[in-house]
Amino acid sequence: MSSIDMAGGPPERNPIARLWYDKETRSIIMQILTIVLLLTFFGVIINNAVENLRLLGKTFSFSFLWTEASYDINQHLIEYTSTSTHLRAATVGILNTLLVAVCGIILATILGFIMGVMRLSPNWLINKLVYCVIEFVRNVPVLLHILLVHGLVVHALPQPRGLPDWANFGDLAFLTNRGLFMPSPIFEGGSSAILIAFIAAVGFSWWFKRHAKKIQDDTGRVLPVFWVSVGAIIGLPLVAYLVTGMPIGWEVPQQSTFNLRGGMVIRPEFMALWLALSVYTACFIAEIVRAGILAVSKGQWEASQALGASRGLTLKNVVIPQALRVIVPPLTSQYLNITKNSSLAIAIGYMDVVATIGGISLMQTGKEMETMIIVLMFYLIVSLLISAVMNWFNQRIKLVER
Amino acid sequence: MSSQDQAVQSYAPGEHPDLPAPMLTSGPLFWIKENLASSWLNITLTVITALFLFVVIPPLLNWAFLDAVYVAADRNECRELGSGACWAFVSERFTFFVYAFYPSGERWRVDLAFIMLILALVPLLYDKTPYRGYGLIYACLYPFIAYWLLLGGFFGLEEVETHAFGGIMLNMVIGITGIACSLPLGILLALGRQSEMPVVRMLCVVFIEFFRGVPLITILFVASTMLSYFLPPGSEFDLLLRVLIMVTLFSAAYLAEVIRGGLQAIPKGQFEASDSMGLKYWQSMRLIVLPQALKISIPGIVNSFIGLFKDTTLVLIIGLLDLLGLGKSALADAKWTGLSNEIYLSVAVFFFICCFSMSRYSLYLERKLETGHER
Repeated sequence: MSSIDMAGGPPERNPIARLWYDKETRSIIMQILTIVLLLTFFGVIINNAVENLRLLGKTFSFSFLWTEASYDINQHLIEYTSTSTHLRAATVGILNTLLVAVCGIILATILGFIMGVMRLSPNWLINKLVYCVIEFVRNVPVLLHILLVHGLVVHALPQPRGLPDWANFGDLAFLTNRGLFMPSPIFEGGSSAILIAFIAAVGFSWWFKRHAKKIQDDTGRVLPVFWVSVGAIIGLPLVAYLVTGMPIGWEVPQQSTFNLRGGMVIRPEFMALWLALSVYTACFIAEIVRAGILAVSKGQWEASQALGASRGLTLKNVVIPQALRVIVPPLTSQYLNITKNSSLAIAIGYMDVVATIGGISLMQTGKEMETMIIVLMFYLIVSLLISAVMNWFNQRIKLVER
Repeated sequence: MSSQDQAVQSYAPGEHPDLPAPMLTSGPLFWIKENLASSWLNITLTVITALFLFVVIPPLLNWAFLDAVYVAADRNECRELGSGACWAFVSERFTFFVYAFYPSGERWRVDLAFIMLILALVPLLYDKTPYRGYGLIYACLYPFIAYWLLLGGFFGLEEVETHAFGGIMLNMVIGITGIACSLPLGILLALGRQSEMPVVRMLCVVFIEFFRGVPLITILFVASTMLSYFLPPGSEFDLLLRVLIMVTLFSAAYLAEVIRGGLQAIPKGQFEASDSMGLKYWQSMRLIVLPQALKISIPGIVNSFIGLFKDTTLVLIIGLLDLLGLGKSALADAKWTGLSNEIYLSVAVFFFICCFSMSRYSLYLERKLETGHER
């Protein structure tokens, strides 16, 4: 380097400065610094945590999970009593979270698609009505929706005692402020045949769809796939039900003086959370759907019409497949949002994972760190799973470029 | 002039006055035909919707305004005076909902902070403000002034503890601090995620994905229960400050993804051009890349801010009394039982006004910035 000794040449630098001015070595230095800083940071906080735990006389272990929880959970999908373990309580909470998330995703998708299509309606009145609803719902916190709906369900619905006629659906189902009481099925011997028939019908429909596509590709003949599938899926289990001698009985809730007994009940907390989350998310989905359909260029509609396709066929085979490509990625994040927002359940006393393990178990055992780690891990895993599934779906529907 | 004269009058070619368009191709009738009655299906839909509105709207208006009671001492008096909503409760609690437990002699400080906030926002939001440069400097200083005004403790202002914060004021404090702090952090995270240094990139990815993967509630729980374990033994940490830090980190992770979208939309040529001009990394980011990337991501950024502002209500779950928390606890008042609809609707209206105006502003900005790309 020193051989270049011209006036105005690059300034001489000592070797250390030269290292710093080299892009690659500088990047390595920066990264080493980052790692050192990061390790120091974690070292300090872990050290603090150990020290704090020692001062409080606590230990870090998950063994509390196998001790008795001794609190009640009003809605449980699996067997649970107050003598069950904390692990069992956590499982019940996780199942409740998943239940409300899955129900919410289904209802929000349906409502969202309907509202999105209504928003594109040429009818001014419908268009503006849906616009007002969407803007109002979207710009109000979801927690407020949950509290409002919960307040409505608890205060506006009648008490079980002296139930008015409009809340009594033919003595079979009852809508009260303690929940929606419905008949629950009782499975007797032979009811497994119905399940087998149902699975067989689904398998048949799948095969028939492939078969019909093959026939259409070969001969151009279109088979009525939809009606045959619907007929098989409803008809086969029905036949099985009749042939096996109607093995499913129904336990109808009975009205006593003060309360309703028996049957199945959808609790007001679940109803409030489910409806509020679904409507809130549906408004976001509606805008996504609207944007997706508008993103399909008008030429696609016209080209499809020029080929002689009806409006329904155009929608089904031309517009929706293209709109889905735009819709799916933001839809994924809405599904994630509904799952994460279901944690607000704690505000109205629905026992989800945050309310059970992250709430009551935390208070009872004083294991802040362990319980919070379980809750955070659960949400991280669910988020990653939903992302993975939707990515797979996105891969399937995306434009294949040849 | 009689109509017969008109009929025989002749005009030179091209001099005939324009006739009005046929009734069904312009004007209100045409609009009705196009928008409400273009087909039988459309007519049916119009009729059903109109019937629905007719059934729903009048009772709602009656409840909310005509039969409502605005001044009353308690709930029973409300019920005697009218059958509709009981707004008397809301108006009685109004000052409480705004200032909560802030000492009543010091409330002028909250008012002043709010007025100064509006003065700081004008030059930020509207680029034709006179003396905008000074306005921007003031806007940068505002957070410190607001900190001094609200908390006090030095320069002659009496100190106010943070657990006296509540109501609308608390929502504003959390929302604005979160917005002001998370934007720079979000930009740094987005740049880090695009970085060529694998360690920095991994660090940012893990941070962003962690905060986006868990609900804000759990993060607030961490702030209220678990965070104190990681601090040196014996140190006390204000709950509001812990919440502010967590809300900022949470919001920064979402902003980082929005800004990353903007960064990815910048053509590679821009990076290469700034490199070839000899700009250093931070120079090229500051002068070339970020101005373009931020411009593209403005709608997303404002949407995140709206989300953040709505999420400030979640602090009620860990026991901070924001507007919604105060409303919820006010329901327990024996004098005013069973008025949840009135309270929640008033809170909803407050949030609607704030968030809707933010989204309108983002639309305005989007349209204004769009002109450069008009084809």
